[in-house]
Amino acid sequence: MKRRDFLHLSTLGLGAVALPAFSRDITIEEALTPVDTALKKRMADIALNAARSKGATYTDVRIGRYLNQFVVTREDKVQNTVNTESYGMGIRVIANGSWGFAATDKLDNDSIAKAAALAVQVAKENARLLTEPVQLAPQKGYGEVSWKTPIEKNAFEVPVKDKADLLLGVNAAAMQNGANYINSILFLVNEQKYFASTDGSYIDQDVHRIWPTFFVTKIDAKTGKFETRNSLSSPRGMGYEYLQAGAAGKISGVTSLYKDRYDMREDAIAAAIQAGEKVTAKSVEPGKYDLILDPSHLWLTIHESVGHPSELDRVLGYEANYAGTSFLTLDKWESKNFKFGSNLVNIVADKTQKGSLGAVGYDDEGVGTKQWDIIKDGTLVNYQVIRDQAHILGLKESQGCCYADNWSSVQFQRMANISLQPGKDGKSVNDLISGVEKGIYIVGDGSFSIDQQRYNFQFGGQLFYEIKNGKIAGMLKDVAYQSNTQEFWNSCTAIADARDYRLGGSFFDGKGQPGQVSAVSHGSSTARFNGVNVINTARKL
Amino acid sequence: MAILSKEQAEAILKKALSFSKADECTVTLGGSEGGNIRYARNAVSTAGDSSQMSLGVTSAFGKRSGTATINEFDDASLQKVVRRAEELAQLAPENPEYMPILGPQNYLEPVGFKASTAAMNPDKRADDVAKSLKVAKDSKLEAAGYLENTTGFNAVMNSKGLFGYNRSTDVSFSVTMRTPEGTGSGYVSKSYNDAGKLDTLALTKIAATKAAGSVGAKAIEPGKYTVILEPLAASDMMGNMFGGFDARNADEGRSYMSKKGGGTRLGEKLFDDKVTIYSDPLHPDLPFSTFSFDGRPQQRTVWVDKGVVKKLSYTRYWAQQKNAEATPPPGRVVMEGGNSSLEDMIKGTDKGILVTRFWYIRLVDQQTLLLTGLTRDGTFYIENGKIQFPIKNFRFNESPVIMLNNVEELGRPERTENMIVPPMKIRDFTFTSLSDAV
Repeated sequence: MKRRDFLHLSTLGLGAVALPAFSRDITIEEALTPVDTALKKRMADIALNAARSKGATYTDVRIGRYLNQFVVTREDKVQNTVNTESYGMGIRVIANGSWGFAATDKLDNDSIAKAAALAVQVAKENARLLTEPVQLAPQKGYGEVSWKTPIEKNAFEVPVKDKADLLLGVNAAAMQNGANYINSILFLVNEQKYFASTDGSYIDQDVHRIWPTFFVTKIDAKTGKFETRNSLSSPRGMGYEYLQAGAAGKISGVTSLYKDRYDMREDAIAAAIQAGEKVTAKSVEPGKYDLILDPSHLWLTIHESVGHPSELDRVLGYEANYAGTSFLTLDKWESKNFKFGSNLVNIVADKTQKGSLGAVGYDDEGVGTKQWDIIKDGTLVNYQVIRDQAHILGLKESQGCCYADNWSSVQFQRMANISLQPGKDGKSVNDLISGVEKGIYIVGDGSFSIDQQRYNFQFGGQLFYEIKNGKIAGMLKDVAYQSNTQEFWNSCTAIADARDYRLGGSFFDGKGQPGQVSAVSHGSSTARFNGVNVINTARKL
Repeated sequence: MAILSKEQAEAILKKALSFSKADECTVTLGGSEGGNIRYARNAVSTAGDSSQMSLGVTSAFGKRSGTATINEFDDASLQKVVRRAEELAQLAPENPEYMPILGPQNYLEPVGFKASTAAMNPDKRADDVAKSLKVAKDSKLEAAGYLENTTGFNAVMNSKGLFGYNRSTDVSFSVTMRTPEGTGSGYVSKSYNDAGKLDTLALTKIAATKAAGSVGAKAIEPGKYTVILEPLAASDMMGNMFGGFDARNADEGRSYMSKKGGGTRLGEKLFDDKVTIYSDPLHPDLPFSTFSFDGRPQQRTVWVDKGVVKKLSYTRYWAQQKNAEATPPPGRVVMEGGNSSLEDMIKGTDKGILVTRFWYIRLVDQQTLLLTGLTRDGTFYIENGKIQFPIKNFRFNESPVIMLNNVEELGRPERTENMIVPPMKIRDFTFTSLSDAV
């Protein structure tokens, strides 16, 4: 599902929800009962043996149970509550040097063996058009192991009524504070994934994600002008504890900002008031500004301008027909001196970060996860790779970036959590702002667009504050900034320290044909970028 | 077998409905079959087939309703899913916007199914891709592409006697051709309901010509230019504007169709005289289901006539509130044009920019429908009626509403992906920065 589809879904009425392919409705009692691990191992072994007997030289099997829950409301109405389950098996093989894949939702012995045979047949057919055989980086088998997102409270165990009450309370608070409309949504994901391969791994994982969000609209009846302010929450790899608001982890400033706990009601009240302020705010004068970017905003700039171009499949051309290629070509990496950003810029890939969307114990081809550098002191040092790409970089092992969004989808290279490391010189956000003569402080993510090689981008936001002579001077609107990735990251002149570090992220990063989504987080502290081109986005119809 | 005949679908729906104990019950059944093949770096990367079918039941007691779905179709499963929907309905809060289900409707006979498309198999797909790969090899370019065909059906029946059945096919092909050094790139993307019309060889040659022709792009200053948008570029822009035809959003004051002081802009002249947009489920090249997801009949509907907004879409609830006709949103839209070919339009242009396609279009401002995005895969400078040279890609910030007020000329419409649109000559199209991307 693309982000846009999800947002569209949130505005549909009861009964109008298009369930994901192969999904079925499910009761909470069923959702909370996991499939027996011994049974999954037996089914996996049937597939592994069947593929081997048909001539596969490598096989991996993913038995996936994907649970989703949506609670969708607007103002004083619950529009929809949906629980879905998708359960089945995907089998990937190498035969005659080529990949083959088949999937089935019928998990009797015969159907599994048939799917395995089909995967081998597909591989052999593809091998006819092969230019070079698959080279798979070696991977040790882990035996029988398991991993679980370290949640404190399973959100699926919380009664739907409590969730609906929470959202309706949030909506009421926004309406009482001047909002004309509010849509609020709680979206929960639980991926129960079992992986087995001919390397000797049997990996059982239980992955949880949560995303509470809302959209507030304020209309000026006199002029007909309207403004919106979206939630400053972030989708997280957490349980229901993310919604247990408290003073801990909250950062105060022009508006409350949230670390590992989210106060949805407080944010909705602020949103209603701020949407009203936006209606009468000063329209920005276009020109060059120093930008102070909050992590609730900067995550998306990191995602688009660092995360995507450092995906090796894009660099190599595998996404040329859809998402595009990358300006971070191999020669730049080989030179060891490609100055991606200023010396302050250190960007790491991390599949282990607690609370992040990308955190798992093992990726979808059985590789244990880890952390590694992408940009070190401003220089490009590495990419994101999977097992059949590792040899291209001369690596002995995969970095564990393989993911499929469903048992029925083929796993491929997806983005790890890609994060900007905090500054090391003890700066606070106020220190950053106080050094700016003419600037804009941007909070929250808004409109986003970047070219197919990731050079030229444009980003909006939720809240824009003018900075004059080191002080916040009031709210602005109609702001978007345009830059070039390398120019932008080289203009980074300050990064706040670890006290300000927070995660943002996306539930719906799209890639591939047919399209797949993945969830990924991006952390940073507030950062300063000098002399960025700001445009005014107001138009008259 | 995921594609059922009308009679097979009717039998399953009837059986499911026979288990209903609710005040009202609607049962839907849908399935699809198809396959895809993806290639990159001049070799096949992935290929797959899929087949799926599912049945959905919405049961209602008063204003409480619940929906459940299942992908097994024996009697016991059908009974189980109906009970599940009823249990959910009894637990659900009352929905003040619930509308009683429709009675029997008259639907047009659908025309969207073509046997040639339904018959596509892995061999046929591989052959089509082999033709595309041969062009790449012959022209020393790198091809990345995707071919997918789908056959689908959907059927609906309810406890007031409504029944509808629709069957359709589609095939989509896109290919990007790049020079080995990455200095030129060309693209085509086309969809058809009839696979007999798909010519991967000819289409790949177009992409190859654009790739070779876009090498050595020069930078020209961003600013306002007259542009000729090829149909794909035009549809990229247009695809973002139909959400605005939702009457409720307009009435609520949060769309470009909202009227200052309240109400909608229905009946107002919002676009240039040359703009006429309609939808027609029986269009031979762009058919769609003859009923909407909630069972309302789809018929030929004119949305914009000579620049005047003629229709907005309504949910049944909102239509009742506003005492308006409950027109469902369009399945797919057609924009009328003229008789000029793209070549004629270029000949008649003193100075301008030819845009093949746009990329990464996102909404910047909901009020004016301001969009941003970039040109991609072949952008060219036109002077004195001729393409002079390729130019570097631009970022634009433009609203399709403003764009459709600045129409100089429309050419011969053609189907791109899910729209039929003409090539368009537009004055004062706003480019705001340059991109180094090829």
